Amino acid sequence: MEITLTVNGTAKTVDVPDNALLVDVLRESLGLTGTHVGCDTSQCGACVVHMNGDAVKSCTVLAGQADGADVTTIEGIGNPDDLHPMQEAFRDNHALQCGFCTPGMIMSAIDLVQKGGGDLDETSVRDGLEGNLCRCTGYHNIVKAVLAAQSSM
Amino acid sequence: MASETGIGASVKRKEDARFITGAGNYTDDINAAGQTYAVFVRSPYARAKINGVDTAAAAATDGVVAVFTGADLAADEIGDLPCGWLVKSKDGSDMVAPPHPPIATQAVNYVGEPYAVVIGETLEAARNGAEAVDTDFGELPAVVDLATAASADQIHESVPNNQAYDWELGDKAATDAAFDSAHHVATVDIVNNRLIPNAIEPRAALGEYDAAAGTYTLHTTSQNPHLERLVLAAFVNVAPEARLRVISPDVGGGFGSKIFVYAEETAVIWAAGKVRRPVKWRAERSESFLADCHGRDHVTTAQLALDADGKFLGLRVKTKANMGAYLSTFASSVPTYLYGTLMAGQYTTPAIYVEVQSLYTNTAPVDAYRGAGRPEATYVVERCVETAAREMGIDPAEIRRRNFIQPGDFPYDTPVALTYDTGDYEASLDKALEHIDYAGFGTRRAASESAGRKRGIGFSCYIEACGLAPSQVAISLGAGVGLFEVGEVRVDVTGSVTVVTGSHSHGQSHETTFAQIISDKLGVPFENVTVLHGDTGRSDYALGTYGSRSLAVGGSAIISATDKIIAKGKKIAAHILEAQEDQMDFADGTFTVVDSNQSITFGEVAFAAYVPQNYPLEELEPGLSEKAFYDPPNFTYPAGAHICEVEVDPDTGVVDIVDFVAVDDFGHVVNPMIVEGQVHGGLAQGIGQALLEHGVYDDTGQLLSGSYMDYTMPRADDLPSFTVDTTVTPCTHNPLGVKGCGEAGAIGSTAAVMNAVTDALGVASVPMPATPETVWRAGRGE
Repeated sequence: MEITLTVNGTAKTVDVPDNALLVDVLRESLGLTGTHVGCDTSQCGACVVHMNGDAVKSCTVLAGQADGADVTTIEGIGNPDDLHPMQEAFRDNHALQCGFCTPGMIMSAIDLVQKGGGDLDETSVRDGLEGNLCRCTGYHNIVKAVLAAQSSM
Repeated sequence: MASETGIGASVKRKEDARFITGAGNYTDDINAAGQTYAVFVRSPYARAKINGVDTAAAAATDGVVAVFTGADLAADEIGDLPCGWLVKSKDGSDMVAPPHPPIATQAVNYVGEPYAVVIGETLEAARNGAEAVDTDFGELPAVVDLATAASADQIHESVPNNQAYDWELGDKAATDAAFDSAHHVATVDIVNNRLIPNAIEPRAALGEYDAAAGTYTLHTTSQNPHLERLVLAAFVNVAPEARLRVISPDVGGGFGSKIFVYAEETAVIWAAGKVRRPVKWRAERSESFLADCHGRDHVTTAQLALDADGKFLGLRVKTKANMGAYLSTFASSVPTYLYGTLMAGQYTTPAIYVEVQSLYTNTAPVDAYRGAGRPEATYVVERCVETAAREMGIDPAEIRRRNFIQPGDFPYDTPVALTYDTGDYEASLDKALEHIDYAGFGTRRAASESAGRKRGIGFSCYIEACGLAPSQVAISLGAGVGLFEVGEVRVDVTGSVTVVTGSHSHGQSHETTFAQIISDKLGVPFENVTVLHGDTGRSDYALGTYGSRSLAVGGSAIISATDKIIAKGKKIAAHILEAQEDQMDFADGTFTVVDSNQSITFGEVAFAAYVPQNYPLEELEPGLSEKAFYDPPNFTYPAGAHICEVEVDPDTGVVDIVDFVAVDDFGHVVNPMIVEGQVHGGLAQGIGQALLEHGVYDDTGQLLSGSYMDYTMPRADDLPSFTVDTTVTPCTHNPLGVKGCGEAGAIGSTAAVMNAVTDALGVASVPMPATPETVWRAGRGE
């Protein structure tokens, strides 16, 4: 099956099996390994990317569903010399340790802040991130980072 | 050099640039040209004879490259997975470990145990092949219940009574005498619930074989690649160490579960040699649940004897520890030398006697999980202390004060084999009481009561033995390896520095912390220090990361190497400045002749070492690169006071942690930001054990909590923000005065939470995890 999608601003056409998932397209076909796989039940959130402006778990989107979509991954939001405010907030607040959940966490957090209308507080950030597992940080500094990014985004 | 990047500064992490931009390099991100994919065929039964494995259909499946069973590994003389710590029973006999072939041959003994591996051109082909393996099992009754395992069916032919060992520590007669004279005896019955570690990165491996050179390269998710290589070479017989390179690239969390040498990477590296192509494997989360080593799982009865003033006279502990189906890499040491030795806690209890019977069951192997033995010990001691305080009507803070080892008592020999070097336990407790506003608790409790909610407060004053370990002590107690660490400091020609550490970082931030140390000691800019780790091809034999040892042991090795750099630098500087070596001083990156204005920078000395024109070549080798092996003279003893305040809704049983304070003494702190982060993460895991997490098997040995839908991981909305603070008594026997911070949160917090929950409900005990149903029932006296 051939699909065409825009990934981080560039049109890509890939030939994938019918049962391929969006995360497979990103990691295997396009080599965008910043998007991670941490579970097989759509529970951990390590694979979160943005599709047509929404945060989605890319392990739960068939490649075919992404045909024609506009996808942004962690690689598409900033780079070490020009970080996205959320990336910067994660670094400044030590909101990551092993880094494995971080790309999905950042992508979820950006979506949360963009849709939060500037009204997020600790409770709503915690509620909003309950679909992303982190085993290292206890979420304490992630919450701080998201609230800090709300001010800077 | 007190600076913004030196020791004591909250420097932002070097690691973050790659992790926040998606440029991390984890094992599953690495691919080799022509790679194949491995899928393991796993037992659906907890206990069964393998009567036959028919691989014909699997081998004939489209895209299947090879199918291997345990017999194929055995034919290649691939050895068993060993346990590296020999524990002896009370009667002096050695522990009994059953054979543990990486891929089962005759029998399977837990659900998920691999008994075949299919190699495919694609992952899908390998999966299809795995589906086609036709196996004739003879199912047998499973032994699942730890409490009755000793009298159940014998699982392994070579292991009577399913017992690995029956171990003891302490003076039984003295402890009995203490109980005979006791005014009060507090008794607790405890189940320390089974946990499943769940690093968010699943285990993975990529094995490659270079036929021309006869060498193997294994990328894998290991906390200690050298130990992995040693076991694969010396016990499993994959290849000699010199022809086997193990690389742990970025690793997405470990928490102990990635210390061990597992079946999967063993089979992957062996299979790469068989099929002469790279072989890749990544665990699905379901496989992680089934086949990663689990943690905890004890059943314990403990008694604390007290005099009329609440002074502890004696402690008696009897524990059954679940080993699972086989003895994993360090499993035997966890409920013994990392558990029984901690039973003095922070207290002067003069007589202690601990018995531990370790038993096999038809469940996944159990081994070290964050804290490893020390959380279990803390839970025993602190539940006993809290219970005694309530039964005797003594304030829980006060009863602890009456029994603390005092600052003037150090070094302090406990009755359970350890010598604590330093500490000030009351200082941590006082600070924690202030943070939580203990004086205001009564008012807060009354306010909760009037709102129909029950408020409770719980204490936990824990101690841990970290910085594993003095090699000769550990070896005399059964360790099969030394436990030193290696560090290498390579000064480059232009004065920048490359550090190679044997300690692996999988979240602990070595690349930052170790660079701070070097920057501080050598006066080299932080950004000009690079830290390398995780590759047997780069560093000397080393022991890796576990037991909060990286800074205390690995950091000390780096300091020792740095001292050698400075000593050699003084010789070079003295030669250039035409002074005596003993006249040279070194500070802030400059060598100075004392009482003079003559000086030379570190960079100039480095350059002279590599371009040795004005250089004493007849006395001194060129170059400026030094290495040190550091063997610690003692364990380190981080300790602290954790206080938890909860509100319980009696109608729903929901526990709300309204405040959590952790005051820890880690000795000197290199990077406070990183240390706080380590504490936060540990607290989440300790609270997870208390309220949420439970690895549950049914009585046929099927894992009921085998996915994130069934095993309750702490999520952002389950946890509060934490108040974290420190006190400092520097470790007396390592150059940085550090103790280690990686496990404290998980060690101290569980008991604090459960002491708070029982306090809120006004009941003697609540089983863990204290889920809403459990709490609701406990509140109704069920």
